[in-house]
Amino acid sequence: MNPLWLSHFTATSSIGRGLDQALAALRQRRTGLAPCAFDTVDLATFIGEVAGVDAVQLPARLAEFDCRNNRLALLGLTQDGFAEAVRTAIAKYGAQRIGVFLGTSTSGILQTELAYRRRDPVTGSLPTDFIYRTTHSTFSVADFTRHYFGLTGPAVVVSSACSSSAKVYGSARRMMAAGLIDAAVVGGVDSLCLTTMYGFSSLGLISEQACRPFDAQRNGISIGEAAAFALLERAPEHLDADAVLLLGIGESSDAYHMSSPHPDGLGARMAMQDALKMAGLKSSDIDYINLHGTATQSNDAAEGKAVQHVFGSGTPCSSTKGATGHTLGAAGGVEAVICALALQHGLLPAGLNIRQLDPTLDLDYVLDNREQPVTHILSNSFGFGGSNCSLIFSRAD
Amino acid sequence: MHTLTAYIEGIGLLGPGLTDWPTSQAVLSGRQPYQPHKTVLPSPALLPAAERRRSGAAVKLTLATGLEAIAAAGLDAAGLPSVFAASGGDGENCHAICEMLASDDRQISPTRFHNSAHNAAAGYWSIATGTMATSSVLGAFDASFGAGLLEALTQVVVDNTRTVLLACDTAYPEPLYSARPIPDALGIALVLAPQRSAQALAQITVSLTDAIADQLDDAALESLRLAIPAARGLPLLRGIALRQDKHLVLDYLDSTRLAVAITPC
Repeated sequence: MNPLWLSHFTATSSIGRGLDQALAALRQRRTGLAPCAFDTVDLATFIGEVAGVDAVQLPARLAEFDCRNNRLALLGLTQDGFAEAVRTAIAKYGAQRIGVFLGTSTSGILQTELAYRRRDPVTGSLPTDFIYRTTHSTFSVADFTRHYFGLTGPAVVVSSACSSSAKVYGSARRMMAAGLIDAAVVGGVDSLCLTTMYGFSSLGLISEQACRPFDAQRNGISIGEAAAFALLERAPEHLDADAVLLLGIGESSDAYHMSSPHPDGLGARMAMQDALKMAGLKSSDIDYINLHGTATQSNDAAEGKAVQHVFGSGTPCSSTKGATGHTLGAAGGVEAVICALALQHGLLPAGLNIRQLDPTLDLDYVLDNREQPVTHILSNSFGFGGSNCSLIFSRAD
Repeated sequence: MHTLTAYIEGIGLLGPGLTDWPTSQAVLSGRQPYQPHKTVLPSPALLPAAERRRSGAAVKLTLATGLEAIAAAGLDAAGLPSVFAASGGDGENCHAICEMLASDDRQISPTRFHNSAHNAAAGYWSIATGTMATSSVLGAFDASFGAGLLEALTQVVVDNTRTVLLACDTAYPEPLYSARPIPDALGIALVLAPQRSAQALAQITVSLTDAIADQLDDAALESLRLAIPAARGLPLLRGIALRQDKHLVLDYLDSTRLAVAITPC
């Protein structure tokens, strides 16, 4: 593929608003996970909640989009000068030449969960202030984003569970290569809701503590929320040395089970190998792997085997979900931004919350932050239904 | 003007009064009257028994239309990339979950939960057909068919591969129906290829346009087109059924639509 330039990027999660806070948290090995006190949830678990989401006010003209997911989206869009960068891109390319590709798993479903508590006791109808299209609808966050900027080009939400906001890079790449657009707003937004918390609880996949990816005693995920965005443009001839490029994407399906990964990580292997092939790189070229690393027994075992198969045991790797929690449909987008920070700042972020590394997984799992030059990074995102996506990001030099 | 060209090699169709592609062509081209009746979803025989029991309407619908299209194209689903386009997830399942979460007993079942994922149908499709190729799972409200067609075309053109587009929407029960009135299930599946082959039915060339979307002449079919997002693709199927060179405009976003030139093969 022709390299694509992440000309601007930003992430807002439980470890902070924008890049500076995220980088500081990674450097300090600070987790954003805390005991769950969200809404009326009565589960004993830790979550990665973004502070201040409900205080965010949408512009009056977009009031019908008001829901937690779009508040979080707006909070994310207004960090690090990202919104200004999109407006500059509109002036350069035109509003119809910029696409919107965002990932989410549950969109604004919390709005519907709350509306179901206020049904008419006689008729069962939902309250009249409930608007499905602009809140709960899968498309809502992309629709909000295009209306916020006045973008008129192609727009879509990718919703393949926890691979969603990695796979948006694939859709944007194809649309740009086809010549339909010149730039793309990509990323993901997922926000806390009861469906995912009680749902993952029903599967026995929620940890009672802060999640411990790749720990021998790991016992499930910590759900988080996040908004992460990148502005993709074609790579110009001359770029700063620390500019971040997207070099390769691999996508596959497991054909195995709805809520368990293939035990040997067969689909994950294919995704990683295809990403390397597209980037024209060998496995030994990769300096760091940002693992999907959810901290479920099955994911980390399958991913560990797949990484071992493709890379052997020598490539440094870690999951950053011990810091951010598993932000589900936003995870690929958040971790893309963490990879961009790692490339620019020469930082391999440590995996947090490890007491004893899983001895059955023979990997160079990063337990302490490492400061070193980093040129190529691979990021994994795997989702329910066996949806796999691997991305390769690189420094321009 | 950037255009995307592909060859349609197989079509699957299931919806109210539209039982499959061969019998629906006469209806869509106006040679037979359209007689609406509720969509009948077949049991997905290809799925293992446990998955078959758990599968919702979108799973049954996409397996029916997708397999019809792939069989017509003379292909095997294994190895074929796919694009799933739907306005939302399973409405019945969503209602059941929201009802439980608003009650004193919030212990939703694991099956309810994994069926709530927007990509449930894509997951079951991969399990049923054994395909490990990529699947793009999209949602764009009423623009979902157009978004799916664009994604499928960019796969065909940029990655030089065949792909199958599975556009489908399923009915919403009350009280969600009042907020999102999708009355019934309708699915369209298209096998798209980068090169012309013996089984090609038509060549399509697609570009973005400001023109307004074409309507269907038959009042009942036109109301179906507007009621179910996947049915926004029916003018394309009508154009293919007419077996003549045709230019038409498909609905997409409020800001842009899809201009389609059809040439029969």
